[in-house]
Amino acid sequence: MRTRSKSIMVFTLAGLALAVTLALIVSPWASSSPDGLEKVAEDKGFLEKAEETEPAWRSSPIPDYAFPGFTKKAVDEETGEEVEEPTRLATAIAGLVGTVAVFLIAWGLALVLKKRKGETEAGSSSGPAANEV
Amino acid sequence: MHIPDGFLNTGVSVVTGVAAAGAVGYGLYKAREELDEKSVPMLALCAAFVFAAQMLNFPIAGGTSGHFLGGALAAVLLGPWLGGLVIALVLLVQCLGFADGGLTALGANIFNMALIGTILAYYFFYGLKSMLPKSRAYFLAAAGVTAWLSVFLASGACAIELAVSGTSPLGVALPAMLGVHALIGMVEAAITVLVIGVVLAVRPDLVGTYDYRPLLADYGEAEVSR
Repeated sequence: MRTRSKSIMVFTLAGLALAVTLALIVSPWASSSPDGLEKVAEDKGFLEKAEETEPAWRSSPIPDYAFPGFTKKAVDEETGEEVEEPTRLATAIAGLVGTVAVFLIAWGLALVLKKRKGETEAGSSSGPAANEV
Repeated sequence: MHIPDGFLNTGVSVVTGVAAAGAVGYGLYKAREELDEKSVPMLALCAAFVFAAQMLNFPIAGGTSGHFLGGALAAVLLGPWLGGLVIALVLLVQCLGFADGGLTALGANIFNMALIGTILAYYFFYGLKSMLPKSRAYFLAAAGVTAWLSVFLASGACAIELAVSGTSPLGVALPAMLGVHALIGMVEAAITVLVIGVVLAVRPDLVGTYDYRPLLADYGEAEVSR
């Protein structure tokens, strides 16, 4: 059993490395076009309903997947004014932080929910019994 | 298709919220029975992968983007309840941590993507799989069809919620949402088949619903390691 659980850890860490790579390196280059629902809201004229509504939760540490503090100056296309805009690095760091945070929160939750060794009827010993689940 | 604050009325928020809370509550209860040494790391990995993949918006037709949802993937890898929990957890973190999806719409988002897009999708997958020959290729095909349908149905549920809330008439919202997500669903299917195909090639025993032959291999290795 020991070798098996060790290779699950290898698989898990390799998978996590892939997820982190996607979030860190690919996400800054993701499409910034509106998604399906946003586009429908735009086309069908109800996007304002969201824009006019104050968000019910305003304490997000990383709003809109842009890690705070990484901005550059840009010119707003509509108003012509100079605005601060998040950089690609802001997205990359947000992706890294989010992916690792979700991984740790999910693992923690699973450990809290999982039955303790003594609680399972088969106990901790036999492999096949555990595998039949 | 994360619904922001302002699109849903109180009634829809409350009804979907109660349904979502019920499903998550039952999922937490089932998780106690289902979680073992193998599924704890898989649950964490699946959640992290879905979060990362949801950040990768890809362009589809007409100035629109779509992103992976992951409900079918989570359901095939972990089953309905752990899979549903994974998607609900990702939605919660996105809402509170990243201001993606409104807090008043969190219940509806969990309803659409975890309850319909994952839990209901699992039972569709289960039915489809049991009608098909037992082979890896058919298993992957069933996963692909399920992935497409999960996105399609979730977007339909979203449109119905918008209509009931008086935000957009059903005749407008439903065809628009289904049309866009029929395309997004194809990418969802491709990614789902690719990821499950890779896991089946590397560690078939980690695909929770792939019950064709992995147990033999499990016993074999368990015997050897003892």
